[in-house]
Amino acid sequence: MTEGDLLTAMPENEDEQKYVLRLFVTGASPVSVRAINNLKVILEKHLNDNYELEIIDVHQQPLMVKDEDITAVPMLLKKFPLPFRRLVGDMSDYEKVLRGLGLK
Amino acid sequence: MFMAVTDANENHAFRHESLQKTLTGIPGLDDITMGGLPKGRPTLVCGGPGCGKTLFSLEFIVKGALQFNEPGVFMAFEEKADELAANVVSLGFDLEELQREKKVKIDYVHVDKSEIEETGEYNLDGLFIRLGYAIDSIGAKRVVLDTIENLFSGLSNEGILRSELRRLFQWLKEKGVTAIITGERGENTLTRQGLEEYVSDCVILLDHRVINQISTRRLRIVKYRGSLHGTNEYPFLIDDEGISVLPVTSLTLNKKVSSESISSGIDELNNMMSKNGFFRGSSILVSGTAGTGKTSIAGSFIDASCKNKEKCLFFAFEESPAQIIRNMSSINIDLQAHIDSGLLEFFASRPTLYGLEMHLVAIHKAIKKSKPSVVVLDPITNLITVGSVSEVKAMLVRLIDFLQEEQITVMFTALSMNTIVNDQTDEGVSSLVDCWLMIKDIESNGERNRGLYIMKSRGMQHSNQIREFVITDHGLELIDVYLGPDGILTGSAREAQILQEETGEVLHTNALGRKDRELLRRRKVLEAKIDSLRFEFESAEEELNKVYIEEELKKEFMEQTRQKMTDIRKGAGYRNEK
Repeated sequence: MTEGDLLTAMPENEDEQKYVLRLFVTGASPVSVRAINNLKVILEKHLNDNYELEIIDVHQQPLMVKDEDITAVPMLLKKFPLPFRRLVGDMSDYEKVLRGLGLK
Repeated sequence: MFMAVTDANENHAFRHESLQKTLTGIPGLDDITMGGLPKGRPTLVCGGPGCGKTLFSLEFIVKGALQFNEPGVFMAFEEKADELAANVVSLGFDLEELQREKKVKIDYVHVDKSEIEETGEYNLDGLFIRLGYAIDSIGAKRVVLDTIENLFSGLSNEGILRSELRRLFQWLKEKGVTAIITGERGENTLTRQGLEEYVSDCVILLDHRVINQISTRRLRIVKYRGSLHGTNEYPFLIDDEGISVLPVTSLTLNKKVSSESISSGIDELNNMMSKNGFFRGSSILVSGTAGTGKTSIAGSFIDASCKNKEKCLFFAFEESPAQIIRNMSSINIDLQAHIDSGLLEFFASRPTLYGLEMHLVAIHKAIKKSKPSVVVLDPITNLITVGSVSEVKAMLVRLIDFLQEEQITVMFTALSMNTIVNDQTDEGVSSLVDCWLMIKDIESNGERNRGLYIMKSRGMQHSNQIREFVITDHGLELIDVYLGPDGILTGSAREAQILQEETGEVLHTNALGRKDRELLRRRKVLEAKIDSLRFEFESAEEELNKVYIEEELKKEFMEQTRQKMTDIRKGAGYRNEK
């Protein structure tokens, strides 16, 4: 099980292996709320606390929207570990979220 | 009733409001659209790959910023900002500088399917925010989305995309920005994703066609809601100054005319026309077979015009400018001097360089730029190599139309290769031109000479004679054609006839002299005879007179004698009676 190996290997150098995630949402719209909730459930289940999640409201940070090249919202950026991925949608498709995060 | 009137007025006012337009700044396009794109609404610009969509929309933004002080946002889905900037440097657009001045904002939106995972429902708020922020940050009045359909390649949920695009266009309208949305042409639709469904105010179709290995770009306004617009396909050109569209036809025939005349450069030719030259602003066709001196006539016309301080443009489709200058100097026409003084400009291009329409656009552009009063096209028949006769005709109609509008005198030269082509020229151009000079070959006695005549010259009396057209090393000359006893004589036959007649003259005068002398002698002889006869007569008369006098004298004497005798007899008788 490669994933098992990865998970067991991770705690050894915790700081470096932390997932760096950035989620862009639009305020408290239903789809954004859904995305945040869905994502948190998945992350808790698969990564425990081994992640850093930053939630950004696109209305508040238009410059960052441009810099991060955001189009569709909600959008989750997996900045670390590589490869860089973008997860679009309300995170309701668990399989795809896991695949996108490289957890499956 | 009264209500109805008010309604109509309101409707009218409303319609007027809805027709507000935004000038694009693209030469020609604003004429076709009669004032530009619909203000505050999105316009769809679609076409196949390489048809100039991006350039078109970029020019809309740049011209807006430079000419109309309307900042613009360019949202690029295909090319990065620096790539875009690099692409248009050659057109003289400095996007970097414009961005620094906050007149233009370029936002590159990259959607890469390979790094995207779709995990459920979403919307395009990110795009809205970015666009909204860009618009607000520079106070943009113009927006371009190039090519928004690329979203469909990155995101797969078409249902969401379509409803989001519909929302986007609606949102753009609410923002009051004039937008251009570009779209790639689809199989049977204007755009692959059917954007025309959402953007329905104005749709412009760009086209890039290759016919006979020559490419022509064309533009057509497919629809323009609530506005009149030109419906034809208009050729457009992309060159070092960007796009220029050609508003090809003016539909009216209400051009100004001039009764001023302009010299043809050949005195004898001027004398053949009652106005002593061509009308200013008229079109002149010089046609003839190969090597009849058509270009020389054009050169001579240019020379005369330049000497009158007229600005001239020479479009050469056959020879290079250097070649024409050299050739003209051999007949004592110094075109180089006119080039140096800035009065003459050459535009040389191979006909096959681009399509007919492109030539027309290029000619248009050159004329608009240097504003000449005399234009020469040499020769128009070469253009037939890139188009059919009817196409060339259509092009010339538009060109002449344009030139007359601008009051520019134009001279075309046309090569008539054989009778068929000649007929075509007749049909094709004769109804368009105001003045038609024909140069004919006159072949006789094993040599070929040129005869020039005026086929037509609208609005003036003109000579119906064929003149012999001679190219000498000091210029062009027209000589009265020599009418000998056997018909028209030209060239050496004419010279021979002249010589012969001169000899005849000499002989004739000589013969006349002899006859005169003979006559004089005869006269002298006769006069001598007359004198002698008169003397004879006088002597005879004298003789006769002498007899008369003697007779008289005798008569008188006899009378006296008889008297005496009577007297004597009377005396004797008296005595006897006593």
